[in-house]
Amino acid sequence: MSEEQIKDLEAQFEARIARDEKIEPKDWMPEKYRKTHIRQMSQHAHSEIIGMLPEGNWITRAPSLRRKVALLAKVQDEAGHGLYLYSACETLGVSRDELYEQLHTGKAKYSSIFNYPTVTWADMGAIGWLVDGAAIINQVPLCSTSYGPYARAMIRVCKEESFHQRQGFEIMMKLAQGTPEQKEMAQDALNRWWWPSLMMLGPTDAESVHTEQSMKWKLKRKSNDDLRQQFIDQTVPQADLIGLTIPDPDLKWNEERQSYDFGEIDWDEFWQVVKGHGPCNKERMNARVGAWNRGEWVRDAAMAYAEKQQKRKRTSLKKEVS
Amino acid sequence: MSTKKNWPLWEVFVRSKNGLEHRHFGSLHAADAEMALENARDVYTRRNEGVSIWVVESKNITASNPENNGELFEPAQDKVYRHPTFYDLPDEVKHM
Repeated sequence: MSEEQIKDLEAQFEARIARDEKIEPKDWMPEKYRKTHIRQMSQHAHSEIIGMLPEGNWITRAPSLRRKVALLAKVQDEAGHGLYLYSACETLGVSRDELYEQLHTGKAKYSSIFNYPTVTWADMGAIGWLVDGAAIINQVPLCSTSYGPYARAMIRVCKEESFHQRQGFEIMMKLAQGTPEQKEMAQDALNRWWWPSLMMLGPTDAESVHTEQSMKWKLKRKSNDDLRQQFIDQTVPQADLIGLTIPDPDLKWNEERQSYDFGEIDWDEFWQVVKGHGPCNKERMNARVGAWNRGEWVRDAAMAYAEKQQKRKRTSLKKEVS
Repeated sequence: MSTKKNWPLWEVFVRSKNGLEHRHFGSLHAADAEMALENARDVYTRRNEGVSIWVVESKNITASNPENNGELFEPAQDKVYRHPTFYDLPDEVKHM
């Protein structure tokens, strides 16, 4: 194809997206579109998979059966969400193995928030309420993104995600209404998870490198700063309602903007964690890669069994024919 | 990366309730058909989304190529006489 032909195809492609048409796997697409989508979708899938680890930590120690079944179901959902997203990503011609390889070698990133430890039961509440809350704000606009398989996966993810946030908020609410020690535990969790949750919505617009192109392709509908403001405005009244205090002395309602003003985010911390120096980066990768390696013989055995069964079926068919 | 055989990809179709058709839900990896069914149940029907599941190995699906969409689908565009609105009826005929 000549350069001119490609330019022409690209123009038609952009026009289709502008008309809100969806792009499907076998359609022609610019290489950059394919690559950007593989990057974002796999990063998203990896986040779901690694995201199971901090919560998995508390399944065996949930304080009641009610809490335990809910947490178990939530973690199982996250596995499911990872799988929807991996398969959507594979429609772009990358294999599951390659995607895992990228995660395991550190070539691909996952959401930095999962590099923080879960030290008390209240962290299960804070994660559901804040981390899933921020994730939902990020994800809802993706239900109408331009790449069909991604949009369809996100619709399913979003449908399932709202229970996650509610179960988290309920945990926080119950703790906040409990003994002084329980309330303190809830406040402590909020103190530790608040700022990382704000960072989770991405670097400030001035620092965000992918925004413009991503907006065009509907991979992004609102800027990081707008999403962050939306998250703060919706979460502060929820904290007030259950009597917890947002750990930000600069937080103040701005009558003119009809929004909350908030304090400076420690972006150094954010970049440190992104670069691998968070409290649990190593632990998470070891757990993930370890699980993958320890499962290898099971995967091989299942494949060998399937091949043997198939062979057997073929030979018995042959015998029937002859 | 190893060169040994990985679990193949399967496409999953789910009938959400009797009376409706099976609809494509997504895909997954499994060693064989039986495992694909079990995985499909866990991945795609955790909330009563289905009463019946089909799985088919992705390599067995033949798909049309969007590049041929012109010759495949355009001929139908000018055949308006295939639609009931093409035909003139007197106003007196209320239901037909």
